Amino acid sequence: MSGSCGRIPPPFPDNEDQEAESDTRVLDSDEDDDDEGEDIFTGARSNPITPTSAPDEGDIFSEEGSYIRSDVHHATNGLHPDEEELDLFTEATVELTLTNTTSQGRREIIGPTASACNTTQVPNSILKPSIVTKTTEELEEEESGDQFELNIAVTNPEKIGDGMNAYMSYKVSTQTTLPMFLNKTFSVRRRFSDFLGLYEKISAKHSLLGCIIPPPPQKSVVGMTKVKVGKEDSSSAEFVEKRRAALERYLQRVVAHPSLLQDPDVREFLERDELPRAVNTQTLSGPGLLKMINRASDAVNKMTIKMNESDNWFESKLQEVENEEQLLRRLHAAVDSLVNHRKELCSNTAVFSKSVAMLGSVEENSALSRALSQLAEVEDKMEQLHQQQAFSDFFILAELLADYIRLLGAVRCCFEQRMKVWQRLQEAQSTLQKKREAEAKLLWANKPEKLQQAKDDINEWESKVSQYERDFERVTCTVRKEVLRFEKEKARDFKQHIVKYLESLLHTQHRLVKCWEAFLPEAKAIA
Amino acid sequence: MTSISEDSDKEKVRSVSVDLNNDASLVIDIPDALCERDKVKFTVHTKTTLSSFQKPEFSVPRQHEEFIWLHDTIVETEEYAGLIIPPAPPKPDFEGPREKMHKLGEGESSMTKEEYAKMKQELEAEYLAVFKKTVQVHEVFLQRLSSHPIFRKDRNFQIFLEYDQDLSVRRKNAKEMFGGFFKNMVKSADEVLISGVKEVDEFFEQEKTFLLDYSSKIKDASAKAEKMTRSHKNVADDYNHISGALNSTAADNNTAFKKTISVCVLQKLEDRVASDQELKLTELLRYYTRDIQAAKDLLYRRARALADNENSNKALDKARLKGKDIAQAEENQKQCLQKFDKLSESGKKELTSFKARRVVAFRKNLIEMTELEIKHAKNSVSLLQGSIEILNSN
Repeated sequence: MSGSCGRIPPPFPDNEDQEAESDTRVLDSDEDDDDEGEDIFTGARSNPITPTSAPDEGDIFSEEGSYIRSDVHHATNGLHPDEEELDLFTEATVELTLTNTTSQGRREIIGPTASACNTTQVPNSILKPSIVTKTTEELEEEESGDQFELNIAVTNPEKIGDGMNAYMSYKVSTQTTLPMFLNKTFSVRRRFSDFLGLYEKISAKHSLLGCIIPPPPQKSVVGMTKVKVGKEDSSSAEFVEKRRAALERYLQRVVAHPSLLQDPDVREFLERDELPRAVNTQTLSGPGLLKMINRASDAVNKMTIKMNESDNWFESKLQEVENEEQLLRRLHAAVDSLVNHRKELCSNTAVFSKSVAMLGSVEENSALSRALSQLAEVEDKMEQLHQQQAFSDFFILAELLADYIRLLGAVRCCFEQRMKVWQRLQEAQSTLQKKREAEAKLLWANKPEKLQQAKDDINEWESKVSQYERDFERVTCTVRKEVLRFEKEKARDFKQHIVKYLESLLHTQHRLVKCWEAFLPEAKAIA
Repeated sequence: MTSISEDSDKEKVRSVSVDLNNDASLVIDIPDALCERDKVKFTVHTKTTLSSFQKPEFSVPRQHEEFIWLHDTIVETEEYAGLIIPPAPPKPDFEGPREKMHKLGEGESSMTKEEYAKMKQELEAEYLAVFKKTVQVHEVFLQRLSSHPIFRKDRNFQIFLEYDQDLSVRRKNAKEMFGGFFKNMVKSADEVLISGVKEVDEFFEQEKTFLLDYSSKIKDASAKAEKMTRSHKNVADDYNHISGALNSTAADNNTAFKKTISVCVLQKLEDRVASDQELKLTELLRYYTRDIQAAKDLLYRRARALADNENSNKALDKARLKGKDIAQAEENQKQCLQKFDKLSESGKKELTSFKARRVVAFRKNLIEMTELEIKHAKNSVSLLQGSIEILNSN
């Protein structure tokens, strides 16, 4: 991290020293040996802030081999100096691109303010989020602009306490240049239920608006019990690592979502030292049971609602989502099987290696004996390679698929929300209709006293109906936007992970070649 | 059902035993085989310049049982007691493919057409592999016999090669099976006995120790190798399923998916090949497990001859003491001694050449395996690099 000692408050809109910064994060595709356990801020050498200056400087952003978390990128968009008067935080969109943000993506950046910029290479100058309004960009391209940086890492799992009341505490570290946070780097300790609590809070607020809320990692009674009981074996270590990685991905997805990032609960989660214990995330608590009941009733509802779609887009999208979920499930099952078989291969290879070593020790021909012991060593190395590959298989592929299966579920929820809003609108409309009929009846029956009441009712319901109509419009719009954003992110995510996986395979094969090439002369030396 | 001709595969497949079929005076091969249900009919083809045969070139159909008959008659021939008798080929085992076929039949309704076709293809490939292997093993058995100066002259061997009628080798009836079983038990009792017998000759003493130890280790190694190659095959199959799952969707606008499919398919192939290489090693180990057993058998026979010799000595002494039947005892003793000497002499020769043969076979097999592993890993590397480049540039 570049030195960020004293923090300078964000420049006010009237400050001439605008510095549009854009960070460059170039995906270093030659990352090797980086598969296991990404450590936080691997790009410690990255240069987070590069000041921009006159546009004629060509490639403004120094690409000093900066590389941070491989899944946080951003491209920048043009600054809109006029809008600096607005609150800096409204509508800040956060874009996390994963592609090599080449210079093209950034050249457009600096627009008109460039002339006003100082070319001070102040590393800790602040990044201003660009403000993109709906008017200037199309819906689809809205996501392609912003400049900000927010890296999150979840590390250092520690077991706190003992026995059945023990729990794992994780360190959540944030590195950011966003002005809305108090510091540039900070970290807090959180436990699993805190993450669940965050999800509950976010979900309660945003899901009604039709946002796609990233789901948290799943609870696991078996896994946690093993950890609690203190079994210090590889399976519980694996469980903790799996959970740590899942929590990290979860947070990264949350902050990648523009409106969620603005949520004060998210900020609090990242910043505040002590969080009140989230109790209603326990399965058997009151709220937990309530949730289950709600979910059941939702399911019933789903079956009975038949929406009248004016726009085919939603119907076909939903179908797509469902199909994709099926595909991913199948893939996940296949990858799971791959992981297991590879683990088997690993242990069988180890056993074989020992057996060959024994054979070599008994062999009377000395050259053959030596070759056999060498073969045993090669097989040993293969075992390690298989082990690593299984690790990659799992963490790169299997977890990606599992995450997206759950995410697709969240997308479906989003569609369901919209349906619910629509249903509410329908009900309101039918109520309004009834009220009108009631009024008509009253008119006909000539009962003036009740008429005023009826008229009031009608007014009330009319406003409700128009309110719900607006709601529905808004939700529809949000859902559409969310889905587009989601799809883009998904494509990026998949591509990035697939590349990573291929690279891990490549690495394995390289090592294989080396092992066997080293063995060949030994085999030839047998006489 | 399935028939196979094996020209080009002969080269690949010959790393278990080398230097066979070098002598043009008697060349044997199995160019063809038919599989009907459980039975495999091998076509044994002989080309010879020896006058002991009626024709210079001929073919006969033979079944597995007839090979076993040949092996057993040779084993039971007293004259060959001092020779290492080539191990009998194992029975053709189509259990694996048959299971798969069963599964395929059951799951037919639940699979898509492409999946079914693919699985069927795989099944056929596996069947073919088992088939080829069993042909090879039978062929090697015959070639061991033909390349051995003594066995090739065996009358039964010639009958086996030549007699174009059915050999009517009836399956061993219950008594014989039981007899065989009993013999095996006696043999294991012998093992104990023989390990106890005092060995005069240092060469044989060393051989005994070595062979006993080696035999258990190689058996172990071959079992573990088999497990390992099976896991490797499973991994390859998984890649197959992954590519199948990817394929069966309209992931058309997703190049990443498409690339992954092709990579998975090729990765599967590479893994398959890798497991094939390992399979060769497994086969080598398995073959030599059997061969070592044959060598051990030689040692037992010799040890028994030694024991007989000692017994005959004792009997002679007793006869001399008693003054009765001396001539008979002397004759007996002379015979035993002769037998023992002959056994020792030929045994030594056989065991020495066996050593050399084993080392050469291992060398060849290991080199081949390594070279192929390297080649295929390099292929994988270039394929993966290409795919990564394409994906990154998109």
